[in-house]
Amino acid sequence: MRYLCLVYVDDHAFDGMSERDNRRLTNESIDYDEELKKAGQLHLAAALQPVATAVTLRVRNGKLSTTDGPFAETKEHLGGFLLIEARDLNEAIQLASKVPMARLASLEVRPIMELEKTDPDA
Amino acid sequence: MDERRNLEQVEAVYRTDSRRVLATLIRLLGDFELAEEALHEAFAAAAAQWPRDGVPKNPRAWLVSTGRFKAIDRLRRRSRRDASMAELARQLEAQSEPMTEPSDDGIADDRLQLIFICCHPALPPDAQMALTLREVCGLTTEEIARAFLVPAPTVAQRIVRAKAKIREARIPYRVPDLAELPDRLEGVLHVVYLMFNEGYLASSGASLTRHDLTGEAIRLGRLLVELLADPEAVGLLALMLLNDSRRAARASPQGEMVLLADQDRSLWDCEKIAQGAALVEKALASRSFGHYTLQAAIAAVHALAPKADSTDWAQIAGLYDLLMQAAPSPVVELNRAVAVAMRDGAEAGLAIIDAILARGDLQDYHLAHSARADLLRRLGRTAEARTAYSRALNLAQQEPERRFLTRRLDRLYSR
Repeated sequence: MRYLCLVYVDDHAFDGMSERDNRRLTNESIDYDEELKKAGQLHLAAALQPVATAVTLRVRNGKLSTTDGPFAETKEHLGGFLLIEARDLNEAIQLASKVPMARLASLEVRPIMELEKTDPDA
Repeated sequence: MDERRNLEQVEAVYRTDSRRVLATLIRLLGDFELAEEALHEAFAAAAAQWPRDGVPKNPRAWLVSTGRFKAIDRLRRRSRRDASMAELARQLEAQSEPMTEPSDDGIADDRLQLIFICCHPALPPDAQMALTLREVCGLTTEEIARAFLVPAPTVAQRIVRAKAKIREARIPYRVPDLAELPDRLEGVLHVVYLMFNEGYLASSGASLTRHDLTGEAIRLGRLLVELLADPEAVGLLALMLLNDSRRAARASPQGEMVLLADQDRSLWDCEKIAQGAALVEKALASRSFGHYTLQAAIAAVHALAPKADSTDWAQIAGLYDLLMQAAPSPVVELNRAVAVAMRDGAEAGLAIIDAILARGDLQDYHLAHSARADLLRRLGRTAEARTAYSRALNLAQQEPERRFLTRRLDRLYSR
């Protein structure tokens, strides 16, 4: 089954971290992604640019409107994600617990819902 | 062509042997997570190599040793960040031949060891069941959650906490010594029996049985009998088979509950009854049997009666007397009362139930009130029977049981 691991980072999570430690963390994260990929347990992983770069949009009555910034103003923001392949929720938790960012961030693990096209009138 | 066949074989070996390989890896590596990762890597390696090089002569041994090497490798890689991993990797590598079986008193199956770890008394019972179903039976977290009608994150958390507890409390990865075996085995049998009952008498919810749980419990029961020649393990397996033999007759096609006396006995599973009855005899012959065997013996008397009114109630009442000595409890006493009522008349049974309730026991147990209601009905004390059925209905939680009690009540009013 596929699970999405959402990495939520506190705005101040990196306060006081040295440039060197920061680079190490990045290297470690890339290493872990590769390890997962090699084991056939990673579909996709990405880090996101700072939340200040976000745009939120909606379409209502055919009209597009946009606002600057994230959907919700919170202390913790989505900083990245991993789409992993695991046997079950506990394996997904186990894989997510080894994500280096788990030491700084909160990871939300959500099973993917499989959608199928069906007849809307059925 | 060969390649595809070999790949299919990897899948077949996964289905039949992955839990045994996991159990062995847990013993060798002394850690659930490391073992699960190693299992995954071993099968990934098999999927890559077997189609090309052919399936090894002993696939299980190949998977165990591959998994072990992969785990050591993984610890080495992690040791670049965490020095303690290097020491662990060295220790694991220094261990002797990995395939040698442990020789503790001739008990030499890794799955058995795994059952004892999963059912360790330091873990709460719901965690014991979840862990056993996942690690020994190979169910997924989501399947366990569906079977117990609880959200998957709840089950996941139980498993995470149980594993943390095993690690922190340093619960040893081994089968208990012969001296402590009886106590610990009692705990294991209890977990298996709870699992069976959870499936058989689903305590709440819409469905009367949950076959996956009963099926897994019986599978574990067989495994315990195969691995440990213990009369009570035999008795428990017999009890589960005999109860399960009535599965098709316990509910009508509409999902309504059917009492033992009213069941269509041609729907009973003769194969399971024969197996169960033979196991009961074997357990009774050991002369060191306990309450599971006695309950199985009672179930066997029921199962072997061709018609409800040819049931040997005298023998059943006698077995309940023995059960009251082996494992006295108000519920056993209640069941004994029903058997006594069948042997000596409703009045005799009613007197026992009234005594139990007067003592303050089972007052909130719906089956005590429905049994009492049934005896009152038979004695023609209709008003009292109605009150008792209503009380039972108020306490019952399972939908089919509630509908059954409602029908009984309706019938009393329509008289």
